[in-house]
Amino acid sequence: MNRILHGRLTGLAVLGAIIAVLPVFLTNNFYLDVAILAGFNAVVCVGLNLLIGYAGQISLGHAGFFGIGAYASGVLVGVYGWPPIAALLAGAVFVGVLAFAVAKPILRLKGHYLAMATLGIGIIVSIVLRTESGLTGGPDGMMVEPFKIFGVELYGEKVWYWVVGVLLFVVVWLSLNLIDSPMGRALRAVHGSEVAAEVVGVDTARFKVMVFVLSAVFASVAGSLFAHYAGLITPAKADFFKSIELVTMVVFGGMASTFGAVVGAVVLTLLPQALTVFQDYQQIVLGAILMATMVFMPKGLLPTLAGFLPSRRRA
Amino acid sequence: MTMLTAQKPSSDAAPVARRAGPPLLRVENLSREFGGVLAIGDLSFTVAAGDIHSIIGPNGAGKTTLFNLVTGVYKPSGGRVLFDGADVSGQAPYKLAARGMSRSFQNLQIFFNMTALENVMVGRHLHLDTRLLPALFRFPSLVRKDSEARDRAAQLMADVGLSRYLGADADSMPYGALKRLEIARALASEPKMLLLDEPAAGLNATESREIDAVIKTVAASGVTIILVEHDMKMVMGISDHITALNHGRKLAEGTPAEVAANPDVIAAYLGAAP
Amino acid sequence: MFAELLQYMLSGLTIGAIYALAGLGFSIIYNASHVINFAQGEFIMIGGMASATLTASGVPLPLAILIGCGGAMLVGVAVAKFAVERARDASTVTLIIITIGASIFLRGLAELVWGKDFKRLDAFSGETPIQFLGASMQPQSLWVVGCAGVLIVAIGLFFNKTLTGKAMLATSHNRLAAQLVGIDVKRVVLASFALSAALGAVGGAVVAPITFSYTEMGIMLGLKGFTAAVLGGLGHGPGAVAGGLIVGVAEALGAGYISSAYKDAVAFVIILAVLLFMPNGLFGKRGAERV
Repeated sequence: MNRILHGRLTGLAVLGAIIAVLPVFLTNNFYLDVAILAGFNAVVCVGLNLLIGYAGQISLGHAGFFGIGAYASGVLVGVYGWPPIAALLAGAVFVGVLAFAVAKPILRLKGHYLAMATLGIGIIVSIVLRTESGLTGGPDGMMVEPFKIFGVELYGEKVWYWVVGVLLFVVVWLSLNLIDSPMGRALRAVHGSEVAAEVVGVDTARFKVMVFVLSAVFASVAGSLFAHYAGLITPAKADFFKSIELVTMVVFGGMASTFGAVVGAVVLTLLPQALTVFQDYQQIVLGAILMATMVFMPKGLLPTLAGFLPSRRRA
Repeated sequence: MTMLTAQKPSSDAAPVARRAGPPLLRVENLSREFGGVLAIGDLSFTVAAGDIHSIIGPNGAGKTTLFNLVTGVYKPSGGRVLFDGADVSGQAPYKLAARGMSRSFQNLQIFFNMTALENVMVGRHLHLDTRLLPALFRFPSLVRKDSEARDRAAQLMADVGLSRYLGADADSMPYGALKRLEIARALASEPKMLLLDEPAAGLNATESREIDAVIKTVAASGVTIILVEHDMKMVMGISDHITALNHGRKLAEGTPAEVAANPDVIAAYLGAAP
Repeated sequence: MFAELLQYMLSGLTIGAIYALAGLGFSIIYNASHVINFAQGEFIMIGGMASATLTASGVPLPLAILIGCGGAMLVGVAVAKFAVERARDASTVTLIIITIGASIFLRGLAELVWGKDFKRLDAFSGETPIQFLGASMQPQSLWVVGCAGVLIVAIGLFFNKTLTGKAMLATSHNRLAAQLVGIDVKRVVLASFALSAALGAVGGAVVAPITFSYTEMGIMLGLKGFTAAVLGGLGHGPGAVAGGLIVGVAEALGAGYISSAYKDAVAFVIILAVLLFMPNGLFGKRGAERV
């Protein structure tokens, strides 16, 4: 198990196998839909985990970036008739530039400042989406055209399952590559001790900015594709709670573990489905999970489980 | 300096002749205050290339503050720091690292979220490909250099006597080993000058001797060393040159024998006001 | 023209007084524990909901406020004791997540206890508007500003005149030194949560007749209180108060002269501007990081 978690290729192979085999068990469109949503969340969380888990920074506004991507696709394709792929790229570039412009000055500072700034951005984005109803449809949201590329239209849960599956696979691969590189070590060093990283030549501010921009772009791309899949987007997808939900997934699944982020996203996407019976308790459960994870297993689910295994084997 | 001239030169030392080379570091009228309190005041000294240069002084003399000023962790309130011929006052630590300056810390600054080997590999940062795209797509050139870095880091760990911790997580290592890990990490950046802040603090006699040997080996390889250490036996044994501080100001400087015989230094250590 | 401006100023100061209380709460907790308590808004919510529901069931108003206040303090101490204290040496990120978890949990709990609908609390002394230089003002606004003012002065006296207050201040300046002179740092942290909770709860109770009470009322009030604290310089009490009033007035002016739809965005534009251009806030001190 530990080898699976730590070996780069083994873990990737297991993920690929699960993605490939899963449709056998997803016998109706509802199950497929849940799996697709989990996949989208996982893509965002893998990116967010690079920021939170590896670099030790926090974003309370990632849903805002997801929302910008989603609405860029919705508006540019639906209102201005852009090709979907161009809209997706435009959204990603815009988010990248925005994230850079904000992070560049703020990440020179230490402490809670990124949390505050991302909180502000996220809320402003969701207010803009709610208010500019001429373009965005306001609080009720807007319809989004299907994704078309080279004359092929992506339609139906079955097709989208594979789109999201491949996307997740690629994003996990990229994340694993990054972590196992000099830049990845620099990011983890920033988390471990900024001053120690600096004295061996790591420009800590630069790497924090880079990983922040990268994770924001991941969220934007996922948002764009989600918009085309869902066909309807609302400002709720971009609001503060959605941002907190994303942080919860990363933290619960396992900070500084790419597969942990995937597990966290999947579990917490499924949980509300399982909890619909207890809908009144949903918030309490979510809040309790957040607190309990941080207090009792601060490393998160997957790393904590992995930590148990070798000792059990010995016993 | 005046204090030293007042002092009878000790018979066995020839202070000028022992200076190994031209100054690598020159500190000029450096000062730093914290909320009106002068931690370092009008301090000037030079460190010759290739020397082991120790900074001594009682607790609170300003030794760690001086390290933080020289390595860019703090910005000076006044004065200059010249390293390798360039004015580097107030430059960020990572820029100084690129110029060839690295250090260890009095209170450990280990990356506890990594393995020991990865800690040292971070030290190779300046010599590796740290761009985003090559990392994301695992360019072969990056992978090759990274595996060389791994070998080199392992070699450095062996050099400081940490071979058996190659695969260990940093947070599972004992204190003495972590002290050496910091030195290995700093060496991995191939510094011209290495600042060691109390490398022997908290170590037992055996471990101290091992650190002592490591420092000598590093110095012999041509790295200039600035050392802050309370273990006077170690300081007197390995230093080429000593600067003594008290209350943020220079108290004395010279060879170990000269400084040890200096009445002001003795007074400061015994607690009497100079 | 002037009457209009005055009208905006008055409503801005009213809501700003609540932001000031919340911001002060953030600062008190931040000073004692270096935790940014994202559950601050829930204390306001508890105060508002408790006083609205209790008075509706016949409890006299002052008693209802007291009970709400006491309840919020207990909750505050519980959050400090069972979540924050246990993660003592945790990173900033961890602590932020814990308090966010606490706030979601408390909101969920409040929905279970009180339901999701809006609760009404009658104004404390009628609703006949007071005319003032052409602007009209609800009497409740006076209650809000008055109560906030009294609380802020009381807090100021507490920190500067009483031994407990001085002990809390000492802890914020130097935790270790405070411990060495015999201050029980753990109790200081608990006290700071209780104090902040009380401030929030009273704020929630007095503002409830204007905003109505509902379980989500604390979210925006709390976040804007946080903005106030950052604007004033995190950990700087008087700064947080000034920050709260500035945010409140800016918001009212923005809503009046620019766009009421973007009223809520004003505070967050301010927070971004502060972070970009003066990260230490209006009154915060710049500190060197010790290594």
